[in-house]
Amino acid sequence: MSLITCRNLILGYEDGPIGSELNFTVNKGDYLCIIGENGSGKTTLMKTLLGLLKPYGGEVLFGDGLKQEKIGYLPQQTLVQKDFPASVREVVLSGRISHLGKHFFYQKKDREEAERQMARLQIKNLENHSYRSLSGGQQQRVLLARALCATDDLLVLDEPVTGLDANITKIMYETIRQLHKEGMTIIMISHDIHAALKYATHILSFEDTHFFGTKDQYLQYRQKKGGSF
Amino acid sequence: MGILFEYLQYPFVRYALIVGTLIALCSSLLGVLLVLKRYSYIGDGLSHVAFGAMAIAAVLHMTSAKMLLILPITVLAAVLLLKTSSSSKVQGDARIAMVSVSSLAIGYLLMNRFSASANVSADVCSTLFGSTSILTLTAGEVWLCVILSVLVVMMYVLLYPRIFAVTFDEDFARASGMNTGFYNLLIAAVTAVIIVLAMNLVGSLLISALVIFPAITAMQIGRDFRSVSVYAAVISVCCALAGMLVAIVSGTPVGSTIVACDLAVFVIVYVLSLLKGRRG
Repeated sequence: MSLITCRNLILGYEDGPIGSELNFTVNKGDYLCIIGENGSGKTTLMKTLLGLLKPYGGEVLFGDGLKQEKIGYLPQQTLVQKDFPASVREVVLSGRISHLGKHFFYQKKDREEAERQMARLQIKNLENHSYRSLSGGQQQRVLLARALCATDDLLVLDEPVTGLDANITKIMYETIRQLHKEGMTIIMISHDIHAALKYATHILSFEDTHFFGTKDQYLQYRQKKGGSF
Repeated sequence: MGILFEYLQYPFVRYALIVGTLIALCSSLLGVLLVLKRYSYIGDGLSHVAFGAMAIAAVLHMTSAKMLLILPITVLAAVLLLKTSSSSKVQGDARIAMVSVSSLAIGYLLMNRFSASANVSADVCSTLFGSTSILTLTAGEVWLCVILSVLVVMMYVLLYPRIFAVTFDEDFARASGMNTGFYNLLIAAVTAVIIVLAMNLVGSLLISALVIFPAITAMQIGRDFRSVSVYAAVISVCCALAGMLVAIVSGTPVGSTIVACDLAVFVIVYVLSLLKGRRG
């Protein structure tokens, strides 16, 4: 069974639906890029997948042992966070919040997992630094480490390179590619179509009509439409 | 010094010191959350609601049972202010300002029109600036304050990982399956309780200072959430103690003296951090 199956899914808020029905699946090992203009519904879809919003219609099914609250989520940074007094360690550890269960405090295995993910993203040396003193790229790695703490299977990344310079952007994309190679399933929202075509295995496009398919199918679809990049 | 020891002989002075210290401790811990969540003004609005409730209690001649009226009204206001903050016709900050000035106006109106006391301005003044009520605490009120303070500190410590998660990134916490609405309500309700307690100490106009100053000062020094929490608590307790002792010895109003201490510490720390030329 697929990790995520969206069947006749209609996105929307209380005041009404956005766009038409969506049908797509995400399987283990996929790298799905969701592309489209701002306001096309990408973020709404992501919030629906994460359970922050209820589907307006249709359903989102989770399979293959995936639970909704065990999705690793890399949100866009908020203003509140930019000057938040927290150490890198505290932020990464908070990724284990869904593993707390009935405990009041994080357990040894939570702290070990945080250590492991910090080492994996090479931010172990920043462990005791204050989050607000880091550069944008470093902050993004910290939030990625937090997302990895939350999940074994699936990362959902919301415009992970927004506000980063070209060099750091490339490093970020390479890091995500590496995680994908190590077996992580990736869903990435992006308006960077070139990066999407470079790294993704599947594309969900929110352009004029919805399109879902593999990258090759998407390229054929674009050619048929006569679109250029 | 001699005067101080003489004063400490009186139980009401000791009560005041105990209650003042506890309130300072609780308000600073909550202050860290409120400031970081950008809820500072909810604290301010609630203090005015508490003033309005206090006025109603005074008009109804509720003296011993006044907490039974003030606490629920303020907690309810806290819940309502939070509940509607996401979707409403009036913007969040405007709504808080409306609630706060309305409570203030109606509170004063009631006290002015219906108060049984001969000296209305003195009553209003002491409710707003808490000039004497801290010195008229009964043993029962002290115990209530001790119990509530222990609960607040326990909540902060035991729920620390969850509170951190909700404060740092609410969406992430919610995506991780946390009931963030519950924690926001809890924080608002506890804020309301602390504000009602703090009215005795500094009066309803100055409570915001007790909530905001220690947190802001601690954020100039602390690098992480834990140290900011600890610094805020230490700064707040020290300022409250210093303020109360100065007030007792020199006869200045308690609330204003405490807030002046908080302000002084903030300015000193701020200037030092500017001189050091770095934050975090």
